[in-house]
Amino acid sequence: MFGLTFPPISHLFEWPDFAFEGTPLAMNKTVLIYLVALALTLGLFLIAGARGKLVPTGVQTVAEGGIEFVESQIVSPTLGPSGARFLPLLTSMFFFVFFTNIFEVIPGVQFPANARMAMPALLAVMVWVIYNYQGFKSQGLAYIKNAIFPSGVPVALYILVAPIELLQVLIIRPASLAIRLWANMVAGHLLLVTFAVLSATLWDSTYVGAIAPFAMLVLMTGFEILVSFLQAFIFTILTAVYIDGAQRPH
Amino acid sequence: MLSLLFAQLSFLAQTGPNEMLEGLKAIGAGLGYGLAAIGPGIGIGIVVGNAITAMARQPEAAGVARTTMFLGIAFTEALALIGFVVFILLLP
Repeated sequence: MFGLTFPPISHLFEWPDFAFEGTPLAMNKTVLIYLVALALTLGLFLIAGARGKLVPTGVQTVAEGGIEFVESQIVSPTLGPSGARFLPLLTSMFFFVFFTNIFEVIPGVQFPANARMAMPALLAVMVWVIYNYQGFKSQGLAYIKNAIFPSGVPVALYILVAPIELLQVLIIRPASLAIRLWANMVAGHLLLVTFAVLSATLWDSTYVGAIAPFAMLVLMTGFEILVSFLQAFIFTILTAVYIDGAQRPH
Repeated sequence: MLSLLFAQLSFLAQTGPNEMLEGLKAIGAGLGYGLAAIGPGIGIGIVVGNAITAMARQPEAAGVARTTMFLGIAFTEALALIGFVVFILLLP
């Protein structure tokens, strides 16, 4: 349409294998981004921890700032003072999700690895196992009763509430956690691709016409930086809320 | 909107059944995402508006209000995102 060729969606999200083809260990761009994000997360905290100084400099400042941010913005409003033992889990989760997301805007890479469902789904399953384990650990078998029959509901309404609550704990929570992260990244990537394709096409035909979509592309890139931060934040804070909800009856 | 749909249908009826299916899918995808975005759009507006009111009234409680606001946005936005997923799945 209008001389505009938009690449099919499969071309935007599927990458060919470049190493170990045909084996379960096949590598493509997505896997590479996951590995780099893992190395960045581990490296950040290992390097900062190895040379711990009283007055932080360089990497240590970033690591301490990150831990403090997660502590004050995520752990203390939801889990309270007893949540300190979840701080390492939540901090590493926040930084890993953020690093995999931020590759969306890094020039030369420009692919949010979380736009493939594999890692969001795996993280959601991990969160599901953790909060159910914490529920059984802190409440015993009463966890099932408290989860399915919330207090303060008229008895007659339990016919309606109990199946919904059961579905919520078993399926809806992990599914919405994974879908939220994945769909946000897919939408952001499509948005950037759309404006990039528009700019390139208009530059080819008119030169001047490319100004508007290119300005929009720059704006949207800034917006996507915000989104990749916000999605990491929301993923982590929802994990904290689910753990908190499982630990005590609501 | 419905008359537009019927006009489209009568036009598509002259073409082959496969093309008609493709066209219907495209209409369904577009309408589906548009309809799915209405409710969450209003909902997020209410959530953020009330959070701003709370922050303006009690600036010392801004941190709690902001955290709760993000949670509310996340839960409300999930519906729009499910609509977006359906849109992607329905695309021909």
